[in-house]
Amino acid sequence: MKIVTLKIDDKEIKTEEGTTILEAAKRAGVEIPTLCYLEGLEPYGACRVCSVEIERRGRSRIVAACCYPAEEGLKVVTRSPKIDKIRKTIIELAGVMAGEDVAGETRALASEYHADLSRFRARVSMEPTKCILCGICVRRCIEATWDSAIGFIGRGVNRRVVLYPERAGTCAICNYCQRVCPTGRISSTGPDPPFPHVDDVLSGRK
Amino acid sequence: METVKCISSPEDLEKLRQEIIAKREPSKPSVSVCVSTGCVALGAWRVMEAFKAELDKQGLKDEVEIKETGCLGFCEQGPRVTVYPQEICYLKVKPEDVPEIVSKTILEKQIVERLLYTDRATGGTAQKLEDIPFYKYQLRLLLEDNAKIDPKNIEDYIALGGYCALAKSLFEMTPERVIEEIKKANLRGRGGGGFPTGLKWETTRNALGEPKYVIVNCDQGDPGAFMDRSLMEGNPHSVLEGLIIGGYAIGAHEGFVYVREEYPIAVESISTAIRQAEEYGLLGENIMGSGFNFRVKVHRGAGAFVSGESSALMTAIEGKVGEPRPKYVHTAVKGIWDKPSCLNNDKTWATVPLIILRGGQWFRRIGTEGSSGTMIFSLVGKVNNTGLVEVPMGITLRDLIYKIGGGIRGGKRFKAVQTGGPSGGLIPEEYLDLPVDFDELTKVGSMMGSGGMVVMDEDICMVDTARYFVDFLLEESCGKCIPCREGLRVLSKILNDVCEGKGKDEDVQTTEDIAETMREASLCALGQTAANPVLTSLKYFRDEWEQHIRDKRCSARVCKALINYYIDPEKCQACLFCLRECPVGAVQGGKDQVHWVDQEKCVKCGTCYEVCNFDAVKKLSGEPIPPHPPKGMKPVRKGK
Repeated sequence: MKIVTLKIDDKEIKTEEGTTILEAAKRAGVEIPTLCYLEGLEPYGACRVCSVEIERRGRSRIVAACCYPAEEGLKVVTRSPKIDKIRKTIIELAGVMAGEDVAGETRALASEYHADLSRFRARVSMEPTKCILCGICVRRCIEATWDSAIGFIGRGVNRRVVLYPERAGTCAICNYCQRVCPTGRISSTGPDPPFPHVDDVLSGRK
Repeated sequence: METVKCISSPEDLEKLRQEIIAKREPSKPSVSVCVSTGCVALGAWRVMEAFKAELDKQGLKDEVEIKETGCLGFCEQGPRVTVYPQEICYLKVKPEDVPEIVSKTILEKQIVERLLYTDRATGGTAQKLEDIPFYKYQLRLLLEDNAKIDPKNIEDYIALGGYCALAKSLFEMTPERVIEEIKKANLRGRGGGGFPTGLKWETTRNALGEPKYVIVNCDQGDPGAFMDRSLMEGNPHSVLEGLIIGGYAIGAHEGFVYVREEYPIAVESISTAIRQAEEYGLLGENIMGSGFNFRVKVHRGAGAFVSGESSALMTAIEGKVGEPRPKYVHTAVKGIWDKPSCLNNDKTWATVPLIILRGGQWFRRIGTEGSSGTMIFSLVGKVNNTGLVEVPMGITLRDLIYKIGGGIRGGKRFKAVQTGGPSGGLIPEEYLDLPVDFDELTKVGSMMGSGGMVVMDEDICMVDTARYFVDFLLEESCGKCIPCREGLRVLSKILNDVCEGKGKDEDVQTTEDIAETMREASLCALGQTAANPVLTSLKYFRDEWEQHIRDKRCSARVCKALINYYIDPEKCQACLFCLRECPVGAVQGGKDQVHWVDQEKCVKCGTCYEVCNFDAVKKLSGEPIPPHPPKGMKPVRKGK
C-alpha cells in the first residue's frame, strides 16, 4: 500500500493512500465533527458538518472530510472562522426539520458551535421530526439484516425515514438503529413510536 | 424494401454512400415537414397528412417526395415546411394551406407570400432559411443536418458522410490518436460543466478496472431548454457515431444512452437509430470488419431533474434511486458499478465526428481561446424571436438578444438575462457586451449550464424571478444533504415572504448566509449552484429587494400582494368591459359612469387591466390609492 503525506492543521501525517481525511485526522488525534458518519459504514456525505478547507495545487476549496481521500501534499485546515460559520449554519439548518428537542451528537455540536437550532425554524412552520436524515440507521440496518427494514421515502423536503411495511418482518429488533441515532430520535420505548410515518399508515391514523 | 447491406469495410461504406446518392434526384420536387416535438404540438402531423392526401388527389404521389425531418429550432413559428429544390421555407403552415403549396409552389414554382417569414419589426420577408435574421448570424455545426435528415432513415445520415468519422477512427487512427485529436480541439463538456472532454476520456482510458462504460446524457430537465432533445430527435446517428468513436478511444465495449422518458420522440429516434446501425454492421460485433465490438442500451430516465447530475445518473442506471453521491474520486474513474465510466452530453458526443473528420485545429479556430466550437442556446423569454440558436462561443449577449433574438418584444427595455438553466445567475444590462463562453459567464456569477437563456424585460420582478427558480429547485432537490434540502426550504420561505410584503430587514443577511453555505458545502452541483439566481438577484438588483422589504413596493408591479389596481377617472370611457369581466364584482360604476375598483373586493387577478382598451387601468405599488371619483361622474369623452 502506498503511503502519502499530508498536512492537517500544520501536523504532518503519514497515511495509506485511499484513507479519507477524516480517518487520517482521527488517527492523528485531530477531531472533526460528524453527524452522518459511522465507522464501518460506507461514507455517505450527507450532513456536510465535517466540511474542511483543503489546499491543492494552490487552490483552496471546501470538501467533506468523510469522503475526500488523502493525497500526497494535501493541506487541510479543520477549524477556521469560515469553516465554523459553515458548520454553525448547517447545524441551524438541520434544526429546521429536527426541532430544538434533540439529544446526542446533534445537541452537543449545537452547543459547541453556538448554533441556534430555532434560528431558521422560527421562520418555517413545520412539525419537528427530531430526525436530520443522516441515514445512519438505514445503512446500519442493511449491514445488520442484509436487507433493509427501513429506508427513505419522498424527495427533497418530503424525504423521511420509514419502516417499509412489507419488510417489517425482516426487522430483527436488534436495536442497532436506536443505538447509532445521532439525535435520539429512534427509541424502542417511550411515547412516540420510532418511525411514526408508516406506523401511522399501518394503524390507519393517516 | 431493398435488402440491407452489412457493411464490412470502409470501402463498403463508401460504396453504399455512392449508391444512395446515385439513387437520389436532386431536381425532384420534395417537401420536408418538421416532426419534432415543437412542430408536432402545433399540428405537424395534420400538415403531413394533408400533403399525403393532396398529392394523392392530384396524382403526384410518385413525382413528389415527402420527408419527415428534425427540429431547426424556430419552434414558435412552426409547423415548418421546406419545399425543394427551391428550398423555400414556409412557417406556421396549417393543413388548409397545403393545396395551395402543392399547386402554386410545387407545380407552378411560385411563392405563397403569406407563409414566408415576416420580420416583426421591418415587415420584410425571407424565402430561404438562411435569409431569416434568426438564422443569419448562427453557425450551425450540430443542428444544420436536422433539416436534411429523416431521423428514422440511416441512409440519409450516411449520404451526408455519416459514419465516415467512425471508419477513419477505426482504420486510420489508434485510440490514443483519437483522444489526442479531441484534446487538440479543446472540446469542453457541452452539458454545462465545461470539463475538457479529451482529458476525461484519457482519465477513463487509463483508469484501472474493466469493463469501462461510455454514457450519453440526454436528461435535460430545465424549464425552457430543449436542445438536447432536438438533437436526439433530429439527428440521433450523429450522437451514436460520436459514442462509438468514444468507446473505441476509451476502450469501452458498452454504452448507455440516458434519455428522459418525457421525450418519447427522442427515445424512439435513438432506439431506431441503434437498431438500424446494428443492421448495417455499424454497431455490435466486429464493426465494419475492424474487430471492434460495441453495444448500446437505452436507459429511460424517470423524470428527476437531479438525475442529469453525473453521479445521480449513474446511480439511476444501476437501478437505484437517482441520487448524487460524493465524487471526489471522479466518475471517470469510479462510475457505474464503481467501474470507469465516461459521461458526456449528447451535444458533446455529436461534436466528436466533426472533429475527427475536419481535425482538432479546425474546431479550435471556432469560438474563443478557452472555449472552442459552437454552443446551442435556448433563447426564450421577452425577445421577438425565440428558439434554439447555435452560435460560435464568444458571441456577445447583445448580439444574441438583439441580432438573433430581434430585440425585446413590444419595444420594452431589457432588464436581465438568465443563463444556464434554473441555477444560473441573472445578468444585468451592464454586462450585455459580455462574450458568452464557459469562463466569462462564471465570472459574473452565472454559468453556461445547459445553454438556457431567458430574457427578461422591465416588467419582470427580480425578487419574484429568484423566488420562481428557488421554488423549482426546492421541488427537484433530492433531499440527501442538509445544506441543499434545508437551505432551499428556508430560502423559499424567505423569498415568498418578501414577495408577499412580509420581508424583514435581516432577510438579506440571512439569505446570504444560507446561500454561501449551500454554495460551499452542498453535496452536488445542484445544491452548489442553487443559490446563483438568489445571489445575483441580490448583487445586481439589491434596490428591488430593499423596495420590497422596506417600502412594500414592487417596482415591476408583479408581486400580487404589493400592488393595487386603480382606474384613472380621466381616461375611463365607462365602456363596461372591465365591469362585466371582473370575476368578483369589484369594479363599481355603471353605464355612462366612470368605473372604479373596490379595493376590499379586488382579488388582483388583473382581468380589468388586460381588457381595458383605453389604458385607464393602472397598477399601483407602494403609493397611496387616490380616492374613487364622486358617484355618477361622467367620463371625459375622447376627442370631445
